[in-house]
Amino acid sequence: MAFPTFYAAVFSGFYLPLIMVLWLIIFRAISLEFRNKFDYQMWKDIWDKAFGISSLLLVLFFGMALGNIVRGVNLGGVENGVSTYEAHYFFLPLWNSSFSPLAENPGVIDWFTLLIGVVAVVTLSIHGSAWIILKTNSSINNQLKDVIHKLSFVLLVLTILSLAIWQIIKPNALYNFMDKPYLIVFPVFYFIGLFALIFSKKLKKDIYVFYASSLVILGGLTSSLASMFPVVLPSTNSINESLTIYNTSASNYGLSVALVWGTIGIILLVVYAIVQKRFMKGKIDDMEYGH
Amino acid sequence: MLIVYFKFKFLRTNSEKYNKAALFLMKIFAVNFTMGVVTGIPMEFQFGTNWSKFSELTGGIIGQTLAMEGLFSFFLESSFLALFIFGEKLLGHKLHFVAGFLVFLGSWASGFFILATNAWMQHPVGYEILENGKYVLQNFSAIFDNPWLVPAFLHNQMASLVTSSFVVASIGAFYILSKKSEEYGKLFLKTGIIFGFIASNLVAFPTGDWNAKNVVKHQPASFAAMEGIFETEHGGAEIILVGQPNMLEKKLDNKIGVPNVLSFLTYQNWNTEVKGMNEFETEELPTNIPMLYYSYHIMVGLGTIFIAIMGLAILFLYRKTIYEYKTLLWVILFAAPFPYIANILGWYVAELGRQPYLVYGLLKTQEGISQTVSSGNTLFTLLGFMGLYALLGMLFLILVGQVIYKGPESKKI
Repeated sequence: MAFPTFYAAVFSGFYLPLIMVLWLIIFRAISLEFRNKFDYQMWKDIWDKAFGISSLLLVLFFGMALGNIVRGVNLGGVENGVSTYEAHYFFLPLWNSSFSPLAENPGVIDWFTLLIGVVAVVTLSIHGSAWIILKTNSSINNQLKDVIHKLSFVLLVLTILSLAIWQIIKPNALYNFMDKPYLIVFPVFYFIGLFALIFSKKLKKDIYVFYASSLVILGGLTSSLASMFPVVLPSTNSINESLTIYNTSASNYGLSVALVWGTIGIILLVVYAIVQKRFMKGKIDDMEYGH
Repeated sequence: MLIVYFKFKFLRTNSEKYNKAALFLMKIFAVNFTMGVVTGIPMEFQFGTNWSKFSELTGGIIGQTLAMEGLFSFFLESSFLALFIFGEKLLGHKLHFVAGFLVFLGSWASGFFILATNAWMQHPVGYEILENGKYVLQNFSAIFDNPWLVPAFLHNQMASLVTSSFVVASIGAFYILSKKSEEYGKLFLKTGIIFGFIASNLVAFPTGDWNAKNVVKHQPASFAAMEGIFETEHGGAEIILVGQPNMLEKKLDNKIGVPNVLSFLTYQNWNTEVKGMNEFETEELPTNIPMLYYSYHIMVGLGTIFIAIMGLAILFLYRKTIYEYKTLLWVILFAAPFPYIANILGWYVAELGRQPYLVYGLLKTQEGISQTVSSGNTLFTLLGFMGLYALLGMLFLILVGQVIYKGPESKKI
């Protein structure tokens, strides 16, 4: 909560979708935990499906969330030129009747955010396939390589399509990249990853495919943020200004304290991750675990 | 803590019994942990979703402790829980013990940071209020020096230990009574009683006592309400054992009290006066006095019963006759849910007692809500959570029941 105003505005504004995300997270977590508690096929089937469906919807929601952040919201709840809330607050309906991102009061789900949601689903399907190939010797690994190959073409088409639409919704969407050319490095990451995925069958090691899909995710997210910086939530009306990192942050003293313990915490996290990876490395099938 | 104890005993004695006991309890802990995580995430969300004004105003302060909780404790706990459950062979026993210890450390640190947050809401320190109404952090270390923090943290942790001891003792009683696995039954019963006896005493004294004194000092109106004192009594206040608050006539019905004891417990002087609710403005008094009063009295009543049960049990344990004394085993078997009730009531006391404030003395609860979220939307999500949690509760009972039924000899995770 280094940006309390941003947190307060976004969490109350996206109230309904966030609560639904919570329900999905709960289902996803308990499916994973409960699946193997009974050795009974029907029980396992139920939780497999619950896990699959909640994971799929969760990714779709996260993609739509990114779409919403990029598109912006009606800050201050402006109706007929008058704010109904304080300037940095808003409340988004799940959708409005037009499903259009250009409406005065756009909803969480419109055709633009839905598109970004699909992009997220495709991207993470590739990433998940790459992970399975990397960590298992399963019989479907060869099929998954085909899946990655095909989906990466789909992703390329979707990328071009969403960039074009974004340009239509926000005519100066790519301004930051022209103003600060060094930011181009982020989209470059994205496209290097994407092209590596398209030619993934030529990559010699499984881990390279995984690196490529990681690069796509990293590049995609950083590019979106770089295009907005320093704005964190654009306003779709002309009355209330967008939320930026400057007008939403906590006090300087608080931030400097948090920087100190935050750094220590991140170092600890890296240590945990290294410890875990050391013990859990290699393909799952080759590992001997349990008691 | 009990799990770490068993693993430690195993390392010391090299008896496989203790190792299996530790792993068995870890299975139950893992189910608890999952439940705790999935129901805990909504709590982190709700600061923003339902209490956005509160977060906007105080986020610079409570954000510190809440984020530290995530970074320092939750990740520690969850990273090493996985290693503890799956990694016995990969790690070897010594490192396995270390993993278990780190899980314990993580869960206690988590309690500490959460209570640091709550302590700040109960007794705000180290802050400064800006002109725009925002609270900014002025002194980071003051948050951890808060006089409210250590008593509340220790009280909470001891209460958790009471809960786990009762559960372990109850499982032990079940194995003995059902003749299912008497060797483990005796081990669990004995360990549960010893830890339970120590912890249930520590919950009341000194930690409970410290907390009550904090309430008298910093929230006197809440203290009067929770003890059920409507009128100030000169020359020493009685302690109320039984009675139902009658809010219309401002008195207790069917009251049984012991004269002057409350004054003694509070001030170590039989005759000091304790302020009654009549001395405070209505706006300063907690909003739901009967609920606060009952929560407090049932909590204290249950706590007293826990001490009695564990005291009796430890006596019979000392005489080595407890395993034949069936009535007491049945009592212990059915006592397991009650520490959970007492814990929840303890939180009711803390939270209802703080009303009508969100940050005591500074920010009213009604000023902290999300203004943009309509009540229809919150009702919708409340109903959703109620349905989901009812399902989770049932699944939890089935799963824990199944782990207990299979017993510590079972190999499956």
